Amino acid sequence: MNRTSTPISLARRSQAPRLRMDTSVDFRLRDLFTVGKPVIPFLTAGFPTVSGFVDAAVAACDAGARALEIGMPFSDPLADGPAIQYSSQVALAGGITMPRVLELTTRLSARLPIPILLMGYLNPISQMGFARFARAARAAGATGTIVPDCPIDEATEWRSASRHAGMANVFLIAPTTPDERVALIDAGSTVFSYCVSVAGVTGVRRDVSESTRRFLRRVRRVAKKPYVVGFGISQPEHVRALKLLADGFVVGSALVKILRESPKPRAAAGVGRTIGALVRAAE
Amino acid sequence: MVNEKRSSASDPGYRLAPFLPRPDRRGRFGAYGGRYVPETLIPALKRLEADFKSAWKDPAFQKEYRRLMHEFAGRPTSLYFAERLSSHWRRGRIYLKREDLNHTGSHKLNNTLGQILLAVRGGKKRVIAETGAGQHGVATATVAARFGLECDVYMGKIDVERQAPNVARMKLLGARVIPVESGAQTLKDATNEAIRDWVARVDDTFYVIGSVVGPHPYPFMVRQFQRVIGEEARTQFKQQIGRLPNLLVACVGGGSNALGFFTAFMKDKSVRMLGVEAAGCGLHSGKHAASLSAGRVGILHGSAGYLLQSNDGQITVPQSISAGLDYPGVGPEHSYLKDSRRVTYTSVTDDEALAAFTALSELEGILPALESAHALAAVRKLPARRTTNQIIGVCLSGRGDKDLATVMEAAESGGGGKSRNKS
Ligand SMILES: Cc1ncc(COP(=O)(O)O)c(C=O)c1O
Repeated sequence: MNRTSTPISLARRSQAPRLRMDTSVDFRLRDLFTVGKPVIPFLTAGFPTVSGFVDAAVAACDAGARALEIGMPFSDPLADGPAIQYSSQVALAGGITMPRVLELTTRLSARLPIPILLMGYLNPISQMGFARFARAARAAGATGTIVPDCPIDEATEWRSASRHAGMANVFLIAPTTPDERVALIDAGSTVFSYCVSVAGVTGVRRDVSESTRRFLRRVRRVAKKPYVVGFGISQPEHVRALKLLADGFVVGSALVKILRESPKPRAAAGVGRTIGALVRAAE
Repeated sequence: MVNEKRSSASDPGYRLAPFLPRPDRRGRFGAYGGRYVPETLIPALKRLEADFKSAWKDPAFQKEYRRLMHEFAGRPTSLYFAERLSSHWRRGRIYLKREDLNHTGSHKLNNTLGQILLAVRGGKKRVIAETGAGQHGVATATVAARFGLECDVYMGKIDVERQAPNVARMKLLGARVIPVESGAQTLKDATNEAIRDWVARVDDTFYVIGSVVGPHPYPFMVRQFQRVIGEEARTQFKQQIGRLPNLLVACVGGGSNALGFFTAFMKDKSVRMLGVEAAGCGLHSGKHAASLSAGRVGILHGSAGYLLQSNDGQITVPQSISAGLDYPGVGPEHSYLKDSRRVTYTSVTDDEALAAFTALSELEGILPALESAHALAAVRKLPARRTTNQIIGVCLSGRGDKDLATVMEAAESGGGGKSRNKS
């Protein structure tokens, strides 16, 4: 099935009754897939430090990142591998709270021209209150959220709170997701959905397997909206291997590793270089 | 009125009746429960729900399960009148449901036997488990050995140290014990790690959850496998004293022995129920594991329920002398039963549990698990009575051998429950 049409026509085709919801979502997010294949960095808020995080986000953007995922640290991140677990612990120990995440979002959304998505777990969001969090996130300049422990079946209340605040919901699709569910998730995601490349947690992986390609081909047949691929993407070869099979690429653990391992003055530049290489591979 | 059947190899004398309040179609007990896990696991959980449903109705499965419970586990466990403890404490006539006599020394085996049969039915070659006190790890390693499945057990590094005998047992049973160094290095972190493992190997691995927690269908399924405790006890009460108890008491970590004990009595309006959480160094100290008594509703490990957490929604580190109660959450059905007030919940401190441990050991010749000692301690805290026709059933969920080092250490440091414990 061919799906090179614009997100707006996609929205009309797949969820005509909810067109109003989609129009209230930030245009920068809506237009993310109109040209090229965006590379999207994931950075844990406040890791390795507040300034280190801000510098890395700016460097990533300068290097051609087209959107930014900000990780909201949680004490028990069960969809994350050791790298992002570590970054979350460091951020929490450094005093990052949900209000601080929103402050940092405000700062970056004022400074960067690219759409920001918040990625985090449901408990801290639910403690703030779904509606209150969604409004506050939108006011801080975020355009949507990705919540890995909130599958679409549990998302009724969260989706309605997000819709009212004009926040996009991006749901995950896994290799184990059967076709009917791919269709359901594709329809339920706002603008785009997110394919996890392998059954597993976040983390750097050596190469892209044939089963990932098979999975993405399957999603391609079913999905009507664009979708990005993430979990394990770190090398330009990964992007090249999946280029025709996905509409964008998320890189997370690899950046956390750079921030963890390089001395501070060089860390942001390292993030920029990695993003730059991935952006070129995606062109 | 009484089930008169005597035990025999083919009929152990108890029935596994279908049950009343089950979760709704979305896996919820009222507002609690659900399936808050990564998408990767959703298809596996739906399959498990269907597999469990068909197995539970399948007479061949029931027969095999009951046969193993009888011949392998040694069920039914006895209901024992603790006469000296009763006259000493004067709270009523205390009957102990002796899950400590179950094979492997706790109620945990009832559940792992059920789940391993499902794993085998589903063609899985490997099982994983999380464990705190090590009792569930041992029970899982035991059934994995019995059925020839590979077994990996996740255990917080701190628990590996304070429950050394159970670590040795698991290894002797052929399981691999994986110490978890992330987070607080106790049960909640072991659970995170087990879930991460399952996400990566959901195709060939069955996750044996150890309590009535986690995503649907686990809380319901584990309760069904544990309800045998109360079904036996109800029959035994009628046979031994010709009446039902006035009060049932059980400790609540995740809540499986408590629900296993209570469920068969849910319709008996005259039977009151008391769930006992770990108050650690005291509820006001902040160092405790009393999710129902002092927590707020949130989402952890796949389900919604009462949780220990900060204002910011970060899970806080629980504390209890008992590794098996050291968990920041609680099963969704308990959250529901708390709100509905069918069950009352209370908590006892480390010191109170240690005193009850000593009392049972010295007066009855039974060393209880520290978890079970919490249930006993709550009985001790009931108002004293001159007459003793109140009948109290206590679920003695496990035996205390695994806790000897902890108890001895506490005795040396002056019997106080405050100094030792993890940092
Ligand atoms: C003997 C014993 N009792 C009770 C518990 C607490 O678990 P639950 O509340 O699920 O019965 C444990 C857990 O390890 C245990 O080993």
